[in-house]
Amino acid sequence: MANRNSAVQLDIRRSPLGRARGLGSAKAGATHWWAQRLTAIALVPLTLWFIWTVIELKGADQQAVVVWLSSPLSLVLMLTLIVATFHHLQLGLQVVIEDYVKTHATKLASILGMKAACILMALACIVSVLKLGGA
Amino acid sequence: MVEFNLPRNSRVGTGQTFPAPSGAKNVREFKIYRWNPDDGQNPRTDTYQIDLDACGPMVLDALIKIKNEVDPTLTFRRSCREGICGSCAMNIDGGNTLACLKPIEECKGAVRISPLTHMPVVKDLVPDLSQVYAQYRSVEPWLQADSPAPPDGERLQSKEERAQIDGLWECILCFCCSTSCPSYWWNGDRYLGPAVLLQAYRWIADTRDEATGARLDALEDPFKLYRCHTIMNCTDSCPKGLNPAKAIAEIKKLIVERAG
Repeated sequence: MANRNSAVQLDIRRSPLGRARGLGSAKAGATHWWAQRLTAIALVPLTLWFIWTVIELKGADQQAVVVWLSSPLSLVLMLTLIVATFHHLQLGLQVVIEDYVKTHATKLASILGMKAACILMALACIVSVLKLGGA
Repeated sequence: MVEFNLPRNSRVGTGQTFPAPSGAKNVREFKIYRWNPDDGQNPRTDTYQIDLDACGPMVLDALIKIKNEVDPTLTFRRSCREGICGSCAMNIDGGNTLACLKPIEECKGAVRISPLTHMPVVKDLVPDLSQVYAQYRSVEPWLQADSPAPPDGERLQSKEERAQIDGLWECILCFCCSTSCPSYWWNGDRYLGPAVLLQAYRWIADTRDEATGARLDALEDPFKLYRCHTIMNCTDSCPKGLNPAKAIAEIKKLIVERAG
């Protein structure tokens, strides 16, 4: 099992073709790749809108923010921004971990931990926004 | 995890210096990676001072001059000396390219030469390419068709259909691109790398081939294909001016296209 995850080893007896074929194609990865592109594109206008909003609300009191966030458009865009950001974050971090972590167990644990953290942070943001503007 | 330092027995030391003949006016230094599997020593960098007035214009000319006239132990691959066999692929002046197509003039200062990056070394400038060859074999790089060829001979293509494999068939499998790709360095045991993916696309783009679906199936994999992060070193390094990154992007587009 160890050899499967290690870099090139000239001493193992498996044929080069056997190693090149490996476990075969997972027939997956397209959805992940496509979702990463789509969320990236979506985040361009959403982030610009968010920055613009923050500038507009500069110095405003909490009441003003609540009023702004209570409009359906603001609330929906805010939730979309949160979902797109954290979805994009976990897709990207998964690729980084897969790139650099070699051992299967460490890789699996890192990815699961990272995804759990992303879900918790996303939920914290969503609940906060809903508590402010969802009443 | 990623290794940031070379293993102790791979660290490159300083080797010998071979001075230019007295009276040479146009002297250039060549700093060349040397490693001999039989002497138990670490790799080293030997310095050769070459009189460019008595040498051909390309880096390969200098290497042949060194082997013929200065140091016959220098080991490297070469064959056609005109950029069509791909044998003399190596890292020159910090980039992978073919020694026969690289003018010495284009190198700044001393010409640094080492084997193709991040490959096992057989000796000196000769890398072990058995992994990339096996990966090439794994994409079944030959025409696959269930329909029999016409009884009067060839499978025909229009000029437009034939043009679709321009920029693909010219690949000479020197593997400058794959060995310049950081993603291939980190995950070369699973990622197929730009050269092999360009070759895979060469058969996907060929209208005579009938195995497109099976080829896309075999490539759709988080590691075999999607380790490409469009770093573009492949396109940057290709001595034939091809664009493997674009070929990889075309494969990704086709896989999305067939999904819906």
